[in-house]
Amino acid sequence: MGRKGCLGSYLGAGDMSLLDYFRTSKTSSASLAKERLQILVAYERSSHNQPPYLPQLQQELLIVIQKYVNVNCDAMTIKLEQSDNQETLELNIVLPDFRRV
Amino acid sequence: MARIIVVTSGKGGVGKTTTSAAISMGLAKKGHKTVVIDFDVGLRNLDLIMGCERRVVYDIINVINGEASLNQALIKDKNCNLLSILPASQTRNKDALTQEGVGNILEELSKEFKYIVCDSPAGIEQGAHLAMYFADDAFIVTNPEVSSVRDSDRILGLLSSKSQRAEKNEEPIKEYLILTRYAPERVKSGEMLSLDDVQDILSLDLLGVIPESKSVLTASNSGNPVILDEKSDAGQAYGDIVARYLGETRPHRFIDGKKGLFRKLFGGG
Repeated sequence: MGRKGCLGSYLGAGDMSLLDYFRTSKTSSASLAKERLQILVAYERSSHNQPPYLPQLQQELLIVIQKYVNVNCDAMTIKLEQSDNQETLELNIVLPDFRRV
Repeated sequence: MARIIVVTSGKGGVGKTTTSAAISMGLAKKGHKTVVIDFDVGLRNLDLIMGCERRVVYDIINVINGEASLNQALIKDKNCNLLSILPASQTRNKDALTQEGVGNILEELSKEFKYIVCDSPAGIEQGAHLAMYFADDAFIVTNPEVSSVRDSDRILGLLSSKSQRAEKNEEPIKEYLILTRYAPERVKSGEMLSLDDVQDILSLDLLGVIPESKSVLTASNSGNPVILDEKSDAGQAYGDIVARYLGETRPHRFIDGKKGLFRKLFGGG
């Protein structure tokens, strides 16, 4: 990973040292890994907490909507949120630009 | 009453069996009567890591099916007489494990042993489910690698929803992290997730970090749990883990790597 400066390799550098602070550093692969993981894990946590009927509900709703409007399969997101004493089902449908329909 | 520990991870090859062998040996060496159970039916390997593969006569499925008694199936460890091993079956299907059968075995073992260590198979199927179902404590074995961290997070979700404690609304399973195959030098150069990175996502009680070490392979080659190799870094790291689990306070090691001041300042691997 990464190219070492001449001075660094002269001193046998391999790891983070004083010299590293003077090198221009690219984004490390570890920080990229962490960023990807954080996004993925947040998404998976929320989807695992959802009731099992939700994907089917989304599928059937989409079929109904497609009877009237020409929308893509990925144009709809569905989210169930629970707070203290109420549940909210949030549907988000991106409609196509009507001038082109 | 015994304490039931599940060693789990979701992903395969991260060190569950190595960890199960090491901590069960460590607990027994500390004077606690311990049994370690292989839940990987069809792909048993704990016997090999413990070095008792030629002494397996009966296994956990034989006991569940009533073909052998628990005492006939238990194998006394060659290094420590407080440790017993209950092997998995090598031939039968994983579905031969039943919740009732496993429950009965654990109940009977609880009368005799202080700690019951359940070595979970990879995945989230029946074997893994039953290994964690009755647990009091869970040791999550994770590598500093994206796929392993993701799978560990999935397992945490299952521990909190698909366990006996969850179903009975009891106090949840205590979850601990064991980070294995850690290479501090690679963390420093930004090519490996750090302990902090992993903890930012999983936020668990850290039992210990096992450094990437040649001694793990040497130990499995000879069929002796690596914790018996007291000179090795991995052996010492597992020793720390057992002590911490039993309530001792020990400073964490193997996180920064060993380096003198000169090397810290000027680099040099």
